[in-house]
Amino acid sequence: MNTTIMLFLVQDGITNGAIYALLGLALVLVFAVTRVILIPQGEFVTYGALTYASLAAGQMPGTAKLALALGIGAFAFDLFVARKALHGRLVVRSLITNIVLPAIVLALTIYFAAQKPPVAVCIALSLVIVAMIGLYLYRIAFQPLAHTSVLVLLIASVGVHLALQGLGLLFFGAEGQRGPAVLSGAFTAGALRFTGQSITVYAITIAFIVGLWLFFGLTLYGKALRATAVNRLGARLAGIRTTLSGQIAFLLASVIGALSGIMIVPITTLYYDSGFLIGLKGFVAAIIGGLVSYPLTAVAALVVGIVEAFSSFYASNYKEVIVFMLLIPVLLLRSLAAPAVEEEKD
Amino acid sequence: MSALLSVTDAHVAYGKVEAVRSVSLEVGANQIVTIVGANGAGKTTLLSAIMGILPLKGRVAFAGQDLARLDIEDRVAMGLGLVPEHRELFVTMNVEDNLELGAFRIERSRAKSSIERIYTLFPRLKERRKQLAGTLSGGEQQMLAMGRALMGEPKLLMLDEPSLGLAPIIVADIFRIVTELRAAGVSVLLVEQNAQAALKIADQAYVMELGEFVLSGKASDIAANERVAASYLGFQHEGASVI
Repeated sequence: MNTTIMLFLVQDGITNGAIYALLGLALVLVFAVTRVILIPQGEFVTYGALTYASLAAGQMPGTAKLALALGIGAFAFDLFVARKALHGRLVVRSLITNIVLPAIVLALTIYFAAQKPPVAVCIALSLVIVAMIGLYLYRIAFQPLAHTSVLVLLIASVGVHLALQGLGLLFFGAEGQRGPAVLSGAFTAGALRFTGQSITVYAITIAFIVGLWLFFGLTLYGKALRATAVNRLGARLAGIRTTLSGQIAFLLASVIGALSGIMIVPITTLYYDSGFLIGLKGFVAAIIGGLVSYPLTAVAALVVGIVEAFSSFYASNYKEVIVFMLLIPVLLLRSLAAPAVEEEKD
Repeated sequence: MSALLSVTDAHVAYGKVEAVRSVSLEVGANQIVTIVGANGAGKTTLLSAIMGILPLKGRVAFAGQDLARLDIEDRVAMGLGLVPEHRELFVTMNVEDNLELGAFRIERSRAKSSIERIYTLFPRLKERRKQLAGTLSGGEQQMLAMGRALMGEPKLLMLDEPSLGLAPIIVADIFRIVTELRAAGVSVLLVEQNAQAALKIADQAYVMELGEFVLSGKASDIAANERVAASYLGFQHEGASVI
């Protein structure tokens, strides 16, 4: 193999790895805060990507309607839980976040979809739609189960994943889509060619990681999220609602997923079910990071990306196999290091 | 004047096992009330249930309001604070962040001045403010746990075994601070195995055995009670058994 090919593969690996890093970080975040292993993370990717591609192609994405439907569900849950102590402020707040907001976004989507909106509008709408879906899903599927075991949460997570994938098929059809590049143009440095899109991927990944770092390190809500992850009871005793932390975690995860999708869809054709495999690779990185370490997850994601690039060059049939095999030695090592597995109790 | 905290006929059970049976208690404003009793008497269970961590049958009212439908976070916002036995600190975060989060429900501007007040109360915490909570000594962790709870501006602070496992000199410090809190207008409900120290600073006292209150009254009277003295204070009277 010559160095040019090697450089190409590394470059390709880093671009993919950057996306996996974002997804891996989201998985670690959601798990640390809510103990949910977020299998539907991949659906956030496809929903973001295909909503963006549909809008850019002047089609109405079904996800906007789904957001409103889920919002109505979330509103119903809020009312049911508060049924014995209903007061006006609570109802109005729930009504605004769960029904008025998605209704406005749906109206905007219908309006813009008819006239092939500019890229920026497509991105903004896609992000907001998927963010709302993530938020309402937490309210409907996970918040009521917040006190159950990791296993129950995992089962719910698989259920949500299957449901979203099925709805994805309904909304976007079985055919793949591609979206317009966020940034067109390219330049070459030596043998390597950098496209505007890959630069966008690097820039957004770095910006997001720095942003998350600042959010967790400096803001009160970021610290509250970390506190919930470190000690749930301690956080509650400080007056931090675990549901609030869960909402923020899901909001971040869905935005990260959608953003990743929007960044990939100009590079690769995405299908309604492509997200699962992409999410799984982020999951591999998150597992290598032990579902706790953010820096380790980010580094592991780059390794996953590079291994994937090389294996698709040498043994493309086995590319997924090789990537997922990375997990086996890591799990072995981890199980040797920590022989006793304890279920966390609240 | 009505009590700040009043618990009436409380039962707390783990499954079918009742750990607390028919307990009633009152804490007034500016009062230190202590619950003394042997290990396993149900003291921690009772505090957890008052805080809303465990389900409680019976009535708990705080500042005149029934707490039945309120969860932990709402009780915190109302001014009820708990420093649990295991402290439940954010061990991977530094002292200052732990304190800042204690004031999560408090206005930002007030939280800033609260931190300074906590630092005057616990100068050790100021020295260690950039240190991770998990690397503090046991006594410092206890101070941090109390500091974090105080950041939430509680009207009533419940302390669960604050002296457990700490050096005598630090214990004395913590009990001194508890009396300072009373002077500053914070009521304290103190659960202690170190009955002698607790009864010395408390106004009212309850003695708990096997999930029930067997004695209650003024702390000084309880301290003078022969049975209590024999069981919990380490004074041997003739014929009395020492638990």
